[in-house]
Amino acid sequence: MSMLAYPGGSGRGRLEAVIDAGSALLKAPAVAGFADVPFAEKQRLVDEVMADMRYPDYLYGCYECGICVAACPSARFYDFSPRRIAQASAREDVELMYQQMEEDIWECSQCFSCVRCPRGNNPGGIITIMREVAVNNGLGSARKALEGYTRIIYKIMSTGTQVSPDMLQPDAFPDWGPEVKDVSENLDVWRRMLPPETMHTTSTGWDVDPRTLIELYLIWFETGALDMIKKVDEGLHMILEEVMEERLEEEGIER
Amino acid sequence: MTIPVQLLLKKKEHFERDEHHVPSDFHEELFRLEAEGEWVVQRVPEPYIEVATKYGRPKKIPVAGMWHHKSCGQCGHIPGYSTSIYWVMRRLGIDYNDPRDQTSCTAWNYYASATSNAAAQAAVALRNFSAAYETGYFPLIHCGTSYGHYKEVREELLHHPALRAQVRSVLGKLGKQMVMPEEIIHYSEWFYAMRDRIAAAQVLDFSGIAVTVHPACHYYKLVEGDAIYDPDIYGGQRTAIVTGLVQALGAEVRTYSTWFDCCGFGFRHILVQRDFTRSFATQRKIEVMKEEANPDVVLTHDTGCVTTLDKSQFAAQAHNKNVGVPVMSEAQFAALAMGAHPYKVCQLHWHSTDYRPLLEKMGIDWREAWAEFERDADKLRRGDQQFLTWEDVDA
Repeated sequence: MSMLAYPGGSGRGRLEAVIDAGSALLKAPAVAGFADVPFAEKQRLVDEVMADMRYPDYLYGCYECGICVAACPSARFYDFSPRRIAQASAREDVELMYQQMEEDIWECSQCFSCVRCPRGNNPGGIITIMREVAVNNGLGSARKALEGYTRIIYKIMSTGTQVSPDMLQPDAFPDWGPEVKDVSENLDVWRRMLPPETMHTTSTGWDVDPRTLIELYLIWFETGALDMIKKVDEGLHMILEEVMEERLEEEGIER
Repeated sequence: MTIPVQLLLKKKEHFERDEHHVPSDFHEELFRLEAEGEWVVQRVPEPYIEVATKYGRPKKIPVAGMWHHKSCGQCGHIPGYSTSIYWVMRRLGIDYNDPRDQTSCTAWNYYASATSNAAAQAAVALRNFSAAYETGYFPLIHCGTSYGHYKEVREELLHHPALRAQVRSVLGKLGKQMVMPEEIIHYSEWFYAMRDRIAAAQVLDFSGIAVTVHPACHYYKLVEGDAIYDPDIYGGQRTAIVTGLVQALGAEVRTYSTWFDCCGFGFRHILVQRDFTRSFATQRKIEVMKEEANPDVVLTHDTGCVTTLDKSQFAAQAHNKNVGVPVMSEAQFAALAMGAHPYKVCQLHWHSTDYRPLLEKMGIDWREAWAEFERDADKLRRGDQQFLTWEDVDA
């Protein structure tokens, strides 16, 4: 049920209609452009959020004071509110929490300004968990949010550093000024001019020991982090798995 | 009834530490778990300096012997940030370790994409801590997000035995020990603790330099009780980090109203949704600073904040916005004060905003400095030498 079910001239009072719309009063599922799913599936996803060990530490109720919203950068530029996140969670509102997983959570800046909450809530933390559940279950919002981001996931998981000097290309960062072009044109020399020996690299932030990288790969395998990629990007998962297994095999490491 | 605005503002001038309102000290549980054989606690090496955290708990900051936990964004895109940290330590004769046995904390990706989980994040953290412990050096965290995230990880590990068991199992397969440092220390805490020694080594007069400070969210909003505060700096209402150092260097710190706002980095936004990042960084931070404080330079102490506040200004200039102020870390600022080369050490040519008027105000001849840099670059281009060393930089 959504507000769309209550056109203005229905004869019922607007306030009553809004109250009747209940959990879906803030945004309609269709807005996100993803197909609706049965309530039981929404409940399963919400249960997964609430089962996270961190969840009880992130939610203590809500005064509805709005301090989190006032502090929130995303609330200023998006139709987004950390208070709605805390309230939906506090009410265990399955419909709304599902909707937030499909619409709102990727707008959060994860700055944690919202932990200014006088009740000790952590809406940003709740969102971290909701995002994890969205990825783990391959929700449409996660797939969409991570479009164009996959090269970063590849970089961090396969090299152990998040961004590299050779990512600074004018076509990737046209809004960062002409210095990006200078850096890209002089990259090799400018990196070799850095006095720390660990920083002469161009394809990683610093020189990561090969043995260290193998340990990182084992962490991705053993904790299920690599499996998470499969849910949002099967192609990327296949490439990462191949790269990592090949390295482990070279080292004679069996999992 | 009139709202007593002045009364309310006066109440907010100072943060009064209340001994009856002090969060429990995590060390009790940290050492209890060590006594039970759950992990090794790496002690802060002596000598150390004690500084006060938000609610008054003293925090030990080691003077020397640190294992530099590098930052992806600093090393990758603003290398003068990392280089300046090292240079200041070398100039003060501080021994350190710059490891290759270190991965990213991977938290930038985690906060951007959530393509990881609590166990993986904790295992990455403890693998790095274990690597540091093996060297005998103590971890010093360069990135604000790594620092904040590691504090979160510590909280999770302290309170969730099942997570500890899972991480122990993973680390066992790597042949690594469970190690947790006695304190998780951000490099800016070291700069704060060492500010008098840094100021004693200062060679340039910064009394004419006006500064605004952006405190990094993940430094003081995550596990807030572990961040450094001083009742004499902003009445203890804001972290004393960066500001304390700038004051010691004799520069003028100017305040502005949106100091609590984040920079707009957003983790995923800076990479794939920069319209938000640019808008927030310029409209809520830079333009407000320019309007209210008109600083010569914006200083901050985190990877994402330097990147965001620096890079976001270029596009805003095309719209005739009131922007155009250089941005750097306080490590680069301190290095300049101590006579570091603006290009060979501070690497300001990687920055987007125009830093040259600032250098002129500091009394630095940037034209000559750039000519020196170019002469060295030519040596490498010709193949006369392969790398520039620390000795070359200080020649």
